[in-house]
Amino acid sequence: MFYIHCPYCQEHREEEEFHPRGEAHLMRPTDPDNATDEEWGDYLFFRQNPRGIHHELWVHSVGCRKFFNITRNTVTYEILETYRMGEQPSITAETEKLRKEQGVQTADGGWQTIGAQPDSRALNEETSS
Amino acid sequence: MQRYSGFGLVKHALGHHENWERQWRNPTPKKRYDVIIVGGGGHGLATAYYLAKEFGVKNVAVVEKGWLGGGNTARNTTIVRSNYLWDEAARLYNHSLDLWKGLSQDLNYNVMFSQRGVLNLGHTLQDMRDIQRRVHANRLNGIDSEVVTPQQIKAIEPALDISSRARYPIMGASWQKSAGVARHDAVAWGFARGADALGVDLLQNTEVTGFKIRDGKVLGVHTNRGDIEANTVGCVAAGNSGVLAKMAGIRLPLESHPLQALVSEPLKPVLNTVTMSNHVHGYISQSDKGDLVIGAGIDGYLGYGQRGSYPTIEHTLQAIVEMFPMFSRVRMNRQWGGIVDTCPDACPILSKTKVKGLYFNCGWGTGGFKATPGSGHVFAASLAKGEMHPIAAPFSIDRFHTGALIDEHGAAGVAH
Repeated sequence: MFYIHCPYCQEHREEEEFHPRGEAHLMRPTDPDNATDEEWGDYLFFRQNPRGIHHELWVHSVGCRKFFNITRNTVTYEILETYRMGEQPSITAETEKLRKEQGVQTADGGWQTIGAQPDSRALNEETSS
Repeated sequence: MQRYSGFGLVKHALGHHENWERQWRNPTPKKRYDVIIVGGGGHGLATAYYLAKEFGVKNVAVVEKGWLGGGNTARNTTIVRSNYLWDEAARLYNHSLDLWKGLSQDLNYNVMFSQRGVLNLGHTLQDMRDIQRRVHANRLNGIDSEVVTPQQIKAIEPALDISSRARYPIMGASWQKSAGVARHDAVAWGFARGADALGVDLLQNTEVTGFKIRDGKVLGVHTNRGDIEANTVGCVAAGNSGVLAKMAGIRLPLESHPLQALVSEPLKPVLNTVTMSNHVHGYISQSDKGDLVIGAGIDGYLGYGQRGSYPTIEHTLQAIVEMFPMFSRVRMNRQWGGIVDTCPDACPILSKTKVKGLYFNCGWGTGGFKATPGSGHVFAASLAKGEMHPIAAPFSIDRFHTGALIDEHGAAGVAH
Protein backbone atom coordinates (compact mmCIF):
# COMPACT_ATOMS: atom_id res chain seq x y z
CA MET A 1 0.00 0.00 0.00
CA PHE A 2 1.43 3.33 -1.08
CA TYR A 3 1.04 6.47 0.95
CA ILE A 4 1.06 9.18 -1.68
CA HIS A 5 1.58 12.88 -1.14
CA CYS A 6 -0.72 14.80 -3.49
CA PRO A 7 1.15 17.98 -4.48
CA TYR A 8 -2.16 19.80 -4.92
CA CYS A 9 -3.98 18.68 -1.75
CA GLN A 10 -0.66 18.84 0.16
CA GLU A 11 -1.62 15.71 2.06
CA HIS A 12 -0.54 12.09 2.27
CA ARG A 13 -3.41 9.83 1.22
CA GLU A 14 -3.81 6.09 0.68
CA GLU A 15 -3.08 4.50 -2.69
CA GLU A 16 -6.71 3.62 -3.32
CA GLU A 17 -7.57 7.30 -3.81
CA PHE A 18 -5.20 7.41 -6.78
CA HIS A 19 -4.86 5.82 -10.15
CA PRO A 20 -1.60 5.28 -12.07
CA ARG A 21 -1.62 6.53 -15.66
CA GLY A 22 1.75 5.34 -16.95
CA GLU A 23 4.93 7.09 -17.99
CA ALA A 24 5.14 10.84 -17.44
CA HIS A 25 6.54 13.55 -19.73
CA LEU A 26 5.39 11.86 -22.97
CA MET A 27 5.44 14.33 -25.84
CA ARG A 28 2.74 14.19 -28.50
CA PRO A 29 4.22 14.69 -31.98
CA THR A 30 4.45 18.45 -32.41
CA ASP A 31 3.31 18.37 -36.04
CA PRO A 32 0.61 15.66 -36.01
CA ASP A 33 -0.40 16.12 -39.66
CA ASN A 34 3.09 15.33 -40.87
CA ALA A 35 4.19 12.81 -38.22
CA THR A 36 5.38 9.47 -39.62
CA ASP A 37 4.08 6.03 -38.59
CA GLU A 38 7.34 5.60 -36.67
CA GLU A 39 6.71 8.74 -34.64
CA TRP A 40 3.10 7.86 -33.93
CA GLY A 41 4.00 4.28 -32.94
CA ASP A 42 6.76 5.49 -30.64
CA TYR A 43 4.47 8.03 -29.01
CA LEU A 44 1.54 5.65 -28.56
CA PHE A 45 3.17 2.37 -27.64
CA PHE A 46 6.88 2.49 -26.83
CA ARG A 47 7.82 3.15 -23.20
CA GLN A 48 10.97 3.36 -21.08
CA ASN A 49 9.77 0.68 -18.62
CA PRO A 50 12.92 1.09 -16.51
CA ARG A 51 14.04 -1.18 -13.76
CA GLY A 52 14.83 1.52 -11.20
CA ILE A 53 13.92 5.21 -11.22
CA HIS A 54 10.68 5.93 -13.08
CA HIS A 55 8.78 9.18 -13.58
CA GLU A 56 5.09 8.43 -13.83
CA LEU A 57 1.76 10.13 -14.12
CA TRP A 58 -0.90 9.58 -11.44
CA VAL A 59 -4.33 11.04 -10.94
CA HIS A 60 -5.91 11.77 -7.56
CA SER A 61 -9.10 10.20 -8.88
CA VAL A 62 -11.29 10.31 -5.77
CA GLY A 63 -9.62 13.40 -4.33
CA CYS A 64 -8.94 16.63 -6.19
CA ARG A 65 -9.07 14.74 -9.54
CA LYS A 66 -5.87 16.44 -10.67
CA PHE A 67 -3.01 14.78 -12.53
CA PHE A 68 0.50 14.99 -11.08
CA ASN A 69 3.86 13.19 -11.32
CA ILE A 70 5.68 10.74 -9.08
CA THR A 71 9.33 9.68 -9.14
CA ARG A 72 9.39 6.12 -7.89
CA ASN A 73 11.77 3.19 -7.79
CA THR A 74 10.18 0.25 -9.64
CA VAL A 75 12.21 -2.34 -7.74
CA THR A 76 11.87 -1.15 -4.15
CA TYR A 77 8.65 0.76 -4.91
CA GLU A 78 9.93 3.67 -2.81
CA ILE A 79 8.31 6.99 -3.73
CA LEU A 80 11.10 9.56 -3.94
CA GLU A 81 9.10 12.68 -4.77
CA THR A 82 5.81 13.93 -6.14
CA TYR A 83 5.55 17.09 -8.24
CA ARG A 84 2.94 19.06 -10.14
CA MET A 85 2.18 18.99 -13.83
CA GLY A 86 4.56 21.14 -15.82
CA GLU A 87 7.36 20.75 -13.29
CA GLN A 88 10.51 18.71 -13.82
CA PRO A 89 11.72 15.97 -11.44
CA SER A 90 14.54 16.84 -9.06
CA ILE A 91 15.56 13.20 -8.72
CA THR A 92 16.52 11.21 -11.83
CA ALA A 93 18.34 7.95 -12.51
CA GLU A 94 21.56 9.98 -12.93
CA THR A 95 21.30 11.85 -9.62
CA GLU A 96 20.48 8.57 -7.88
CA LYS A 97 23.64 7.02 -9.30
CA LEU A 98 25.63 10.00 -8.03
CA ARG A 99 24.21 9.69 -4.54
CA LYS A 100 25.09 6.02 -4.54
CA GLU A 101 28.69 6.66 -5.57
CA GLN A 102 29.08 9.18 -2.75
CA GLY A 103 28.04 6.49 -0.33
CA VAL A 104 24.60 7.75 0.58
CA GLN A 105 22.05 5.05 1.12
CA THR A 106 19.38 5.29 -1.50
CA ALA A 107 16.31 3.48 -2.60
CA ASP A 108 18.22 1.46 -5.16
CA GLY A 109 17.49 -1.81 -3.40
CA GLY A 110 18.91 -3.80 -6.23
CA TRP A 111 18.20 -7.34 -5.35
CA GLN A 112 15.49 -9.06 -6.88
CA THR A 113 13.81 -11.55 -6.66
CA ILE A 114 13.64 -14.99 -7.84
CA GLY A 115 13.53 -16.45 -4.38
CA ALA A 116 16.28 -16.46 -1.80
CA GLN A 117 19.77 -15.19 -2.28
CA PRO A 118 22.15 -17.98 -3.32
CA ASP A 119 25.32 -18.82 -1.42
CA SER A 120 27.68 -17.24 -3.88
CA ARG A 121 26.82 -13.56 -3.99
CA ALA A 122 29.37 -12.83 -6.66
CA LEU A 123 27.39 -14.91 -9.12
CA ASN A 124 24.28 -12.85 -8.65
CA GLU A 125 25.34 -9.28 -8.13
CA GLU A 126 23.07 -6.79 -9.80
CA THR A 127 24.68 -5.28 -12.82
CA SER A 128 23.72 -1.97 -14.27
CA SER A 129 21.87 -2.17 -17.52
CA MET B 1 17.56 -40.16 -19.57
CA GLN B 2 15.88 -42.48 -17.13
CA ARG B 3 12.36 -43.03 -18.45
CA TYR B 4 9.54 -42.84 -15.92
CA SER B 5 6.91 -45.57 -15.78
CA GLY B 6 4.69 -47.40 -13.34
CA PHE B 7 7.10 -50.31 -13.44
CA GLY B 8 10.02 -47.99 -12.66
CA LEU B 9 8.15 -46.64 -9.66
CA VAL B 10 7.73 -50.16 -8.25
CA LYS B 11 11.38 -50.96 -8.96
CA HIS B 12 12.58 -47.82 -7.15
CA ALA B 13 10.20 -48.46 -4.26
CA LEU B 14 12.12 -51.68 -3.65
CA GLY B 15 15.31 -49.62 -3.49
CA HIS B 16 13.69 -47.14 -1.05
CA HIS B 17 13.73 -44.47 -3.78
CA GLU B 18 17.42 -43.85 -3.23
CA ASN B 19 18.63 -44.43 -6.77
CA TRP B 20 16.68 -41.95 -8.88
CA GLU B 21 18.80 -40.17 -11.46
CA ARG B 22 19.10 -36.40 -11.39
CA GLN B 23 16.61 -34.94 -13.85
CA TRP B 24 19.16 -32.75 -15.60
CA ARG B 25 22.88 -31.98 -15.52
CA ASN B 26 24.44 -28.80 -14.19
CA PRO B 27 27.05 -28.18 -16.90
CA THR B 28 29.83 -25.62 -17.18
CA PRO B 29 29.21 -23.20 -20.05
CA LYS B 30 30.94 -24.04 -23.33
CA LYS B 31 32.64 -21.26 -25.29
CA ARG B 32 30.25 -21.51 -28.21
CA TYR B 33 26.74 -22.69 -29.00
CA ASP B 34 24.61 -22.64 -32.13
CA VAL B 35 21.72 -21.02 -30.28
CA ILE B 36 21.51 -19.31 -26.87
CA ILE B 37 18.14 -18.95 -25.17
CA VAL B 38 18.08 -16.23 -22.51
CA GLY B 39 15.55 -17.13 -19.83
CA GLY B 40 14.93 -20.54 -18.32
CA GLY B 41 11.20 -20.34 -17.75
CA GLY B 42 8.57 -22.48 -19.42
CA HIS B 43 8.73 -20.72 -22.78
CA GLY B 44 12.54 -20.70 -22.92
CA LEU B 45 12.83 -24.36 -21.94
CA ALA B 46 10.11 -25.33 -24.42
CA THR B 47 11.98 -23.44 -27.15
CA ALA B 48 15.20 -25.31 -26.33
CA TYR B 49 13.36 -28.65 -26.21
CA TYR B 50 11.69 -28.24 -29.59
CA LEU B 51 14.91 -26.88 -31.15
CA ALA B 52 16.70 -30.06 -30.18
CA LYS B 53 13.85 -32.47 -30.79
CA GLU B 54 12.16 -31.24 -33.95
CA PHE B 55 14.58 -28.90 -35.65
CA GLY B 56 17.86 -30.77 -35.16
CA VAL B 57 19.66 -27.94 -33.34
CA LYS B 58 21.20 -29.71 -30.37
CA ASN B 59 24.08 -27.38 -29.50
CA VAL B 60 21.87 -25.08 -27.45
CA ALA B 61 22.31 -23.28 -24.12
CA VAL B 62 19.56 -21.94 -21.89
CA VAL B 63 20.96 -19.10 -19.78
CA GLU B 64 19.00 -18.43 -16.59
CA LYS B 65 19.93 -15.91 -13.89
CA GLY B 66 18.06 -17.71 -11.12
CA TRP B 67 16.75 -21.23 -11.26
CA LEU B 68 14.66 -22.99 -13.88
CA GLY B 69 10.99 -22.07 -13.90
CA GLY B 70 11.40 -19.69 -10.95
CA GLY B 71 9.62 -16.69 -12.45
CA ASN B 72 6.13 -16.48 -13.87
CA THR B 73 6.09 -20.19 -14.70
CA ALA B 74 5.89 -20.85 -10.98
CA ARG B 75 3.58 -17.93 -10.24
CA ASN B 76 0.64 -18.17 -12.61
CA THR B 77 -2.81 -19.64 -12.09
CA THR B 78 -2.20 -22.46 -14.62
CA ILE B 79 -5.20 -21.87 -16.88
CA VAL B 80 -4.98 -23.32 -20.40
CA ARG B 81 -7.52 -22.27 -23.07
CA SER B 82 -7.60 -21.05 -26.65
CA ASN B 83 -10.88 -19.11 -26.99
CA TYR B 84 -9.32 -15.94 -28.37
CA LEU B 85 -11.16 -13.63 -30.75
CA TRP B 86 -8.82 -12.91 -33.66
CA ASP B 87 -7.62 -15.50 -36.19
CA GLU B 88 -3.93 -14.85 -35.48
CA ALA B 89 -4.26 -15.29 -31.72
CA ALA B 90 -6.67 -18.21 -32.03
CA ARG B 91 -4.21 -20.05 -34.29
CA LEU B 92 -1.35 -19.47 -31.86
CA TYR B 93 -3.19 -20.53 -28.71
CA ASN B 94 -4.94 -23.44 -30.41
CA HIS B 95 -1.61 -24.70 -31.75
CA SER B 96 -0.51 -24.67 -28.14
CA LEU B 97 -3.64 -26.47 -26.92
CA ASP B 98 -3.03 -29.21 -29.50
CA LEU B 99 0.47 -29.71 -28.11
CA TRP B 100 -0.81 -29.72 -24.51
CA LYS B 101 -2.98 -32.75 -25.27
CA GLY B 102 -0.02 -35.03 -25.91
CA LEU B 103 2.54 -33.25 -23.77
CA SER B 104 2.77 -35.70 -20.85
CA GLN B 105 3.44 -38.61 -23.24
CA ASP B 106 5.80 -36.57 -25.38
CA LEU B 107 7.90 -35.47 -22.39
CA ASN B 108 7.47 -38.70 -20.41
CA TYR B 109 6.63 -36.37 -17.56
CA ASN B 110 3.21 -35.99 -15.98
CA VAL B 111 2.25 -32.34 -16.48
CA MET B 112 -1.20 -33.16 -15.02
CA PHE B 113 -3.02 -31.48 -17.88
CA SER B 114 -6.68 -31.70 -16.93
CA GLN B 115 -9.26 -30.63 -19.53
CA ARG B 116 -11.96 -29.59 -17.10
CA GLY B 117 -13.27 -26.69 -19.19
CA VAL B 118 -13.37 -22.91 -18.80
CA LEU B 119 -16.38 -20.68 -18.25
CA ASN B 120 -16.07 -17.00 -19.19
CA LEU B 121 -19.03 -15.32 -17.51
CA GLY B 122 -21.13 -12.50 -18.90
CA HIS B 123 -22.95 -10.10 -16.57
CA THR B 124 -24.29 -7.45 -18.93
CA LEU B 125 -25.96 -7.33 -22.32
CA GLN B 126 -22.75 -6.05 -23.86
CA ASP B 127 -20.81 -8.88 -22.20
CA MET B 128 -23.19 -11.34 -23.85
CA ARG B 129 -22.84 -9.72 -27.27
CA ASP B 130 -19.05 -9.88 -26.95
CA ILE B 131 -19.25 -13.48 -25.82
CA GLN B 132 -21.43 -14.44 -28.77
CA ARG B 133 -19.11 -12.72 -31.18
CA ARG B 134 -16.07 -14.45 -29.68
CA VAL B 135 -17.76 -17.86 -29.62
CA HIS B 136 -18.73 -17.57 -33.29
CA ALA B 137 -15.21 -16.48 -34.19
CA ASN B 138 -13.85 -19.45 -32.23
CA ARG B 139 -16.09 -21.91 -34.05
CA LEU B 140 -14.99 -20.55 -37.42
CA ASN B 141 -11.43 -21.24 -36.28
CA GLY B 142 -12.26 -24.81 -35.27
CA ILE B 143 -12.16 -24.15 -31.53
CA ASP B 144 -14.79 -25.88 -29.42
CA SER B 145 -16.67 -23.03 -27.85
CA GLU B 146 -20.31 -22.47 -27.06
CA VAL B 147 -22.63 -20.00 -25.38
CA VAL B 148 -24.32 -21.40 -22.28
CA THR B 149 -27.30 -20.15 -20.27
CA PRO B 150 -27.30 -19.59 -16.49
CA GLN B 151 -29.10 -22.93 -16.00
CA GLN B 152 -26.45 -24.75 -18.01
CA ILE B 153 -23.78 -22.89 -16.02
CA LYS B 154 -25.37 -24.08 -12.77
CA ALA B 155 -25.19 -27.67 -14.03
CA ILE B 156 -21.51 -27.26 -14.90
CA GLU B 157 -20.52 -25.34 -11.76
CA PRO B 158 -23.12 -25.68 -8.96
CA ALA B 159 -21.18 -23.49 -6.53
CA LEU B 160 -21.72 -20.38 -8.69
CA ASP B 161 -24.39 -17.92 -7.62
CA ILE B 162 -26.65 -17.53 -10.67
CA SER B 163 -29.47 -15.83 -8.76
CA SER B 164 -30.85 -12.43 -9.70
CA ARG B 165 -29.98 -11.20 -6.18
CA ALA B 166 -26.31 -10.89 -7.13
CA ARG B 167 -24.90 -7.40 -7.57
CA TYR B 168 -23.93 -8.40 -11.14
CA PRO B 169 -26.28 -11.29 -12.06
CA ILE B 170 -24.84 -13.89 -14.42
CA MET B 171 -26.56 -13.73 -17.81
CA GLY B 172 -24.61 -16.45 -19.55
CA ALA B 173 -21.11 -17.55 -20.41
CA SER B 174 -18.83 -18.90 -23.07
CA TRP B 175 -17.79 -22.49 -22.41
CA GLN B 176 -14.69 -24.12 -23.81
CA LYS B 177 -14.78 -27.75 -22.81
CA SER B 178 -11.30 -28.65 -24.03
CA ALA B 179 -9.68 -25.97 -21.86
CA GLY B 180 -8.33 -26.72 -18.41
CA VAL B 181 -5.39 -26.49 -16.05
CA ALA B 182 -1.93 -28.06 -15.80
CA ARG B 183 0.73 -28.42 -13.16
CA HIS B 184 2.95 -25.40 -13.83
CA ASP B 185 6.20 -26.57 -12.22
CA ALA B 186 5.99 -29.94 -13.95
CA VAL B 187 5.78 -28.19 -17.29
CA ALA B 188 9.08 -26.40 -16.70
CA TRP B 189 10.73 -29.50 -15.24
CA GLY B 190 9.44 -31.76 -18.01
CA PHE B 191 10.75 -29.49 -20.75
CA ALA B 192 14.05 -29.04 -18.86
CA ARG B 193 14.55 -32.80 -18.47
CA GLY B 194 13.60 -33.43 -22.08
CA ALA B 195 15.91 -30.70 -23.40
CA ASP B 196 18.79 -31.83 -21.21
CA ALA B 197 18.44 -35.41 -22.44
CA LEU B 198 18.76 -34.13 -26.02
CA GLY B 199 22.03 -32.39 -25.16
CA VAL B 200 20.88 -28.85 -24.29
CA ASP B 201 23.02 -27.17 -21.61
CA LEU B 202 20.86 -25.60 -18.88
CA LEU B 203 23.01 -22.89 -17.27
CA GLN B 204 21.47 -21.76 -14.01
CA ASN B 205 22.74 -18.86 -11.88
CA THR B 206 24.10 -17.36 -15.09
CA GLU B 207 22.98 -13.81 -15.63
CA VAL B 208 23.28 -12.07 -18.98
CA THR B 209 24.97 -8.71 -18.45
CA GLY B 210 25.20 -7.62 -22.08
CA PHE B 211 25.21 -8.65 -25.71
CA LYS B 212 28.18 -8.93 -28.03
CA ILE B 213 27.02 -7.11 -31.14
CA ARG B 214 29.18 -6.16 -34.13
CA ASP B 215 28.03 -4.58 -37.42
CA GLY B 216 24.42 -5.07 -36.43
CA LYS B 217 24.90 -8.79 -35.86
CA VAL B 218 24.72 -10.60 -32.55
CA LEU B 219 27.82 -12.67 -31.77
CA GLY B 220 27.02 -13.83 -28.26
CA VAL B 221 26.27 -12.75 -24.71
CA HIS B 222 28.29 -11.51 -21.77
CA THR B 223 27.41 -13.26 -18.53
CA ASN B 224 28.66 -13.27 -14.97
CA ARG B 225 30.32 -16.62 -15.85
CA GLY B 226 32.17 -15.33 -18.88
CA ASP B 227 31.32 -14.68 -22.50
CA ILE B 228 29.37 -17.23 -24.52
CA GLU B 229 29.27 -17.07 -28.29
CA ALA B 230 26.40 -17.84 -30.64
CA ASN B 231 25.10 -16.36 -33.88
CA THR B 232 21.49 -16.82 -32.83
CA VAL B 233 20.16 -15.54 -29.50
CA GLY B 234 16.51 -15.84 -28.44
CA CYS B 235 15.39 -13.73 -25.47
CA VAL B 236 12.48 -15.20 -23.53
CA ALA B 237 12.69 -13.19 -20.33
CA ALA B 238 9.08 -12.14 -19.63
CA GLY B 239 9.03 -9.18 -17.22
CA ASN B 240 12.73 -8.51 -17.64
CA SER B 241 12.64 -8.44 -21.46
CA GLY B 242 12.82 -4.66 -21.45
CA VAL B 243 16.01 -4.77 -19.39
CA LEU B 244 17.62 -7.14 -21.92
CA ALA B 245 16.36 -5.10 -24.86
CA LYS B 246 17.98 -2.00 -23.43
CA MET B 247 21.33 -3.83 -23.29
CA ALA B 248 20.97 -4.53 -27.02
CA GLY B 249 19.85 -0.99 -27.80
CA ILE B 250 16.33 -2.05 -28.73
CA ARG B 251 13.08 -0.56 -27.50
CA LEU B 252 10.05 -2.69 -26.75
CA PRO B 253 6.44 -1.55 -26.35
CA LEU B 254 6.20 -3.34 -23.02
CA GLU B 255 5.32 -2.33 -19.50
CA SER B 256 6.19 -4.59 -16.58
CA HIS B 257 3.53 -4.80 -13.90
CA PRO B 258 3.05 -6.87 -10.78
CA LEU B 259 0.32 -9.51 -11.12
CA GLN B 260 -0.72 -11.13 -7.88
CA ALA B 261 -2.33 -14.48 -7.18
CA LEU B 262 -3.29 -16.40 -4.10
CA VAL B 263 -4.31 -19.86 -2.92
CA SER B 264 -6.63 -20.85 -0.11
CA GLU B 265 -6.34 -23.59 2.44
CA PRO B 266 -7.00 -27.01 0.85
CA LEU B 267 -10.70 -27.86 0.58
CA LYS B 268 -12.57 -30.98 -0.47
CA PRO B 269 -13.46 -30.97 -4.19
CA VAL B 270 -15.87 -28.09 -4.75
CA LEU B 271 -15.08 -26.66 -8.20
CA ASN B 272 -15.46 -28.70 -11.39
CA THR B 273 -14.03 -26.25 -13.83
CA VAL B 274 -12.22 -22.94 -14.28
CA THR B 275 -14.43 -19.87 -13.90
CA MET B 276 -13.40 -16.47 -15.19
CA SER B 277 -15.26 -13.19 -15.23
CA ASN B 278 -14.08 -10.07 -16.99
CA HIS B 279 -16.83 -7.93 -15.56
CA VAL B 280 -16.44 -8.56 -11.83
CA HIS B 281 -12.85 -9.36 -12.75
CA GLY B 282 -11.54 -12.51 -11.16
CA TYR B 283 -10.77 -16.10 -12.00
CA ILE B 284 -10.69 -19.23 -9.92
CA SER B 285 -10.06 -22.95 -10.15
CA GLN B 286 -9.28 -25.71 -7.69
CA SER B 287 -5.95 -27.48 -7.77
CA ASP B 288 -5.68 -31.24 -7.45
CA LYS B 289 -4.48 -30.86 -3.89
CA GLY B 290 -7.60 -28.92 -3.03
CA ASP B 291 -6.63 -25.28 -2.72
CA LEU B 292 -8.56 -22.63 -4.58
CA VAL B 293 -6.24 -20.89 -7.04
CA ILE B 294 -7.31 -17.27 -7.41
CA GLY B 295 -6.22 -14.31 -9.48
CA ALA B 296 -7.51 -11.06 -10.96
CA GLY B 297 -6.08 -7.78 -12.20
CA ILE B 298 -2.59 -6.41 -12.37
CA ASP B 299 -1.40 -3.63 -10.13
CA GLY B 300 -1.69 -0.55 -12.34
CA TYR B 301 1.79 0.83 -11.69
CA LEU B 302 5.09 -0.43 -13.08
CA GLY B 303 6.87 -2.84 -10.83
CA TYR B 304 9.77 -5.25 -10.96
CA GLY B 305 9.44 -6.24 -7.31
CA GLN B 306 7.37 -9.44 -7.69
CA ARG B 307 4.90 -8.05 -5.17
CA GLY B 308 1.93 -5.70 -5.32
CA SER B 309 -0.47 -3.75 -3.16
CA TYR B 310 -3.08 -5.02 -0.73
CA PRO B 311 -6.04 -3.17 -2.28
CA THR B 312 -5.56 -5.32 -5.41
CA ILE B 313 -5.85 -8.51 -3.36
CA GLU B 314 -8.96 -7.12 -1.70
CA HIS B 315 -10.57 -6.40 -5.09
CA THR B 316 -9.66 -9.89 -6.26
CA LEU B 317 -11.40 -11.52 -3.32
CA GLN B 318 -14.41 -9.24 -3.63
CA ALA B 319 -14.86 -10.59 -7.16
CA ILE B 320 -14.53 -14.19 -6.04
CA VAL B 321 -17.07 -13.74 -3.24
CA GLU B 322 -19.41 -12.01 -5.69
CA MET B 323 -19.34 -15.12 -7.90
CA PHE B 324 -19.11 -17.71 -5.12
CA PRO B 325 -20.69 -16.33 -1.91
CA MET B 326 -20.03 -19.69 -0.22
CA PHE B 327 -16.27 -18.94 -0.27
CA SER B 328 -16.63 -15.84 1.91
CA ARG B 329 -15.14 -17.57 4.93
CA VAL B 330 -12.44 -19.61 3.19
CA ARG B 331 -9.04 -18.69 4.56
CA MET B 332 -6.21 -17.79 2.23
CA ASN B 333 -2.93 -19.59 2.61
CA ARG B 334 -0.38 -17.88 0.43
CA GLN B 335 -0.15 -14.86 -1.82
CA TRP B 336 2.55 -13.83 -4.28
CA GLY B 337 3.29 -11.67 -7.30
CA GLY B 338 5.03 -12.05 -10.63
CA ILE B 339 6.27 -9.50 -13.16
CA VAL B 340 4.13 -9.56 -16.28
CA ASP B 341 5.29 -7.89 -19.48
CA THR B 342 2.10 -6.40 -20.85
CA CYS B 343 1.76 -5.37 -24.48
CA PRO B 344 -0.53 -2.54 -25.64
CA ASP B 345 -2.73 -4.99 -27.62
CA ALA B 346 -2.66 -7.83 -25.06
CA CYS B 347 -0.88 -10.07 -27.56
CA PRO B 348 2.71 -11.30 -27.41
CA ILE B 349 5.73 -10.28 -29.47
CA LEU B 350 7.50 -13.07 -31.37
CA SER B 351 9.87 -11.21 -33.55
CA LYS B 352 13.18 -10.57 -35.19
CA THR B 353 14.88 -7.32 -34.21
CA LYS B 354 17.05 -4.80 -35.98
CA VAL B 355 20.03 -6.75 -34.63
CA LYS B 356 20.58 -9.71 -36.95
CA GLY B 357 20.31 -13.05 -35.14
CA LEU B 358 18.67 -11.55 -32.05
CA TYR B 359 15.07 -12.59 -31.51
CA PHE B 360 12.55 -11.72 -28.82
CA ASN B 361 9.68 -13.81 -27.50
CA CYS B 362 7.96 -11.65 -24.91
CA GLY B 363 4.93 -9.56 -24.11
CA TRP B 364 2.82 -12.54 -23.06
CA GLY B 365 1.62 -10.37 -20.24
CA THR B 366 -0.94 -12.01 -18.07
CA GLY B 367 -1.67 -15.08 -20.20
CA GLY B 368 1.56 -16.78 -21.17
CA PHE B 369 1.30 -20.09 -19.35
CA LYS B 370 -1.34 -21.56 -21.68
CA ALA B 371 0.92 -20.86 -24.64
CA THR B 372 4.05 -22.50 -23.24
CA PRO B 373 4.35 -25.45 -25.69
CA GLY B 374 3.00 -23.55 -28.69
CA SER B 375 5.19 -20.52 -28.09
CA GLY B 376 8.25 -22.74 -27.66
CA HIS B 377 7.41 -24.69 -30.80
CA VAL B 378 6.89 -21.79 -33.20
CA PHE B 379 9.78 -19.81 -31.69
CA ALA B 380 12.11 -22.81 -32.07
CA ALA B 381 11.03 -23.18 -35.70
CA SER B 382 11.76 -19.49 -36.27
CA LEU B 383 15.21 -19.64 -34.63
CA ALA B 384 16.14 -22.79 -36.56
CA LYS B 385 15.11 -21.46 -39.96
CA GLY B 386 16.00 -17.79 -39.48
CA GLU B 387 12.50 -16.92 -40.71
CA MET B 388 9.48 -16.40 -38.47
CA HIS B 389 7.09 -19.39 -38.42
CA PRO B 390 3.78 -18.54 -40.19
CA ILE B 391 1.86 -18.73 -36.89
CA ALA B 392 4.39 -16.39 -35.22
CA ALA B 393 4.77 -13.95 -38.11
CA PRO B 394 1.75 -11.70 -37.31
CA PHE B 395 3.22 -11.07 -33.84
CA SER B 396 6.16 -9.08 -35.18
CA ILE B 397 7.25 -5.98 -33.31
CA ASP B 398 6.62 -4.03 -36.55
CA ARG B 399 2.90 -4.06 -35.85
CA PHE B 400 3.30 -1.19 -33.39
CA HIS B 401 4.42 1.01 -36.26
CA THR B 402 2.27 -0.38 -39.07
CA GLY B 403 -0.86 -0.41 -36.92
CA ALA B 404 -1.65 -4.09 -37.57
CA LEU B 405 -2.43 -4.67 -33.90
CA ILE B 406 -4.19 -7.82 -32.69
CA ASP B 407 -6.47 -6.48 -29.99
CA GLU B 408 -7.19 -9.28 -27.55
CA HIS B 409 -8.12 -7.15 -24.54
CA GLY B 410 -11.56 -8.75 -24.58
CA ALA B 411 -10.35 -12.34 -24.56
CA ALA B 412 -7.47 -11.76 -22.14
CA GLY B 413 -8.66 -12.61 -18.65
CA VAL B 414 -6.89 -9.70 -17.02
CA ALA B 415 -7.54 -6.05 -17.73
CA HIS B 416 -4.53 -3.87 -18.40
